[in-house]
Amino acid sequence: MIQVISFYLFASILIASAAMVIFARNPVHSVLWLIVAFFNAAGLMVLIGAEFIAMLLVIVYVGAVAVLFLFVVMMLDIDFTELRAGFVKNVPLGLLLAVILVAELILGIGAYRAGAVKLGIPEAGPATVSNSVPNIEAIGNLLYSKYIFLFESAGLILLVAMVGAIVLTHRRSHGTKGQNINSQNMRRPQDATRNVNQPVGQGVEL
Amino acid sequence: MTSFFQSLGMSYEGAWFTATIAGILLIALPLMLAVAMIIYAERKLWAAFALRRGPNVVGPFGVLQSFADGLKVFLQETIIPSASNRGLFLIAPIITFTVALMAWAVIPFADGVVLADINVGLLYILAISSLGVYGVVISGWASNSKYPFYSAMRAAAQMISYEVSIGFILICVVLWAGTFNMGGIIEAQKGHVLGFINAFALNPLLFPISVMFLISAMAETARAPFDLTEAESELVAGYQTEYSSMAFALFWLGEYANVLLMCALNAILFWGGWLPPVDWAPLYMVPGIIWFFTKILVMFFIFAWVKSTVPRYRYDQLMRLGWKIFLPISLFWVFLVSGYLMYTGHFA
Repeated sequence: MIQVISFYLFASILIASAAMVIFARNPVHSVLWLIVAFFNAAGLMVLIGAEFIAMLLVIVYVGAVAVLFLFVVMMLDIDFTELRAGFVKNVPLGLLLAVILVAELILGIGAYRAGAVKLGIPEAGPATVSNSVPNIEAIGNLLYSKYIFLFESAGLILLVAMVGAIVLTHRRSHGTKGQNINSQNMRRPQDATRNVNQPVGQGVEL
Repeated sequence: MTSFFQSLGMSYEGAWFTATIAGILLIALPLMLAVAMIIYAERKLWAAFALRRGPNVVGPFGVLQSFADGLKVFLQETIIPSASNRGLFLIAPIITFTVALMAWAVIPFADGVVLADINVGLLYILAISSLGVYGVVISGWASNSKYPFYSAMRAAAQMISYEVSIGFILICVVLWAGTFNMGGIIEAQKGHVLGFINAFALNPLLFPISVMFLISAMAETARAPFDLTEAESELVAGYQTEYSSMAFALFWLGEYANVLLMCALNAILFWGGWLPPVDWAPLYMVPGIIWFFTKILVMFFIFAWVKSTVPRYRYDQLMRLGWKIFLPISLFWVFLVSGYLMYTGHFA
């Protein structure tokens, strides 16, 4: 009973907040609605017993990605009216993208149902997970055995993206002053100050 | 507790619901009292470090000072700046406060005394503590004022930076304990060092990261010397500048609940939680909750000690410490610990 109530609660809030992401006039509000959506998606994950995925969803998306979104959106000075003006112009493109995505989803699920796709080690069927093993152990056992190549290649792709981002943003600009931490740490009181035992009535020589 | 309510003639679901609500109240209300007393204790400690008297007027030795402050704040008018974003301005302190309370759900106070004994307890803590930044960022933005905004930007960057190294530190602990469950992590520390010391921190391989965790915890809760988000010499009062009355008090309560949480985490992850420090039978006569609270208080003393003695970091030093020192070291430590555990056949 409680599960059913919470499912409909999470699901309805999820859909409503996802809609609000699009309809909110202020981009900062959009990001905040997105966070609400992430949260409720995590709640749904908990309900189906995937608590590890739920926690990862919150840690990665709410804890890191959305903070960066918020960071960027808050810094930008966006003209909302101009943003709205482009809406009608972009509707066909958006609809096209939506249709393509839905088609891909249907194709993917259809192919999976037909049993034609075999990921990882070829001859094996879909992975079986027993309920007694904790989530994390079950995922770990699968990731490091059956799906090791997919897992590693995902890691490589992320590495390439990371290196690419660093290469794009890391420019050595001329004429800027930086902190030299080593020289700051090596600095001792004697380097900067000196005690002067000056006789009374005479000025200090600097 | 569910079975107790069931024995009163409730259905299982009703009993579970009532037990959970009762458990939440049993944690949240004493926690609020503890926060009030810990604020008093900290002010006394700072005073002692600075050779002052500290609060000594309200009640005997001033113990009721926090309640007097609370009453004063409660009776004040809530001022909402006209240029602010009204809804978010009021939601922000509530977020800070709620998030600070939420994480306590998985903290085990004694053997089996825990509201939610979940498998992913530590990940839950990590997830909840990563939300703490939203209260600060939203309040900074909604205030529509310069200094709070600077503070929000600083807070966002700071908390993300230190979360990364905290994550790796936690992985080292989890590797050794073999579980994400908080109670399991404590159990794993029983007789961990030389067969009789109940603490991960005294393991030579884990001691350095326990120190790093303590420092990261201070940075994560934006405590001195890392309180760049509310640096009064630069940013007035940071994100709290435009707040008054209860909204301000909620930030204050949330901050101290977070500090207590970090102390509790230190105690659980590295100092054996509710286990006595030494694995010796007579020490188990003392209830676990007393050991746990003692450890929290010792940790809190360290926090107050640091706050009253260490000068504030510069912002670039803060970022350098997080990204260039803690991140590589903690990453290396994950390799080191997992390599050691593989070599000694810990996982077999």
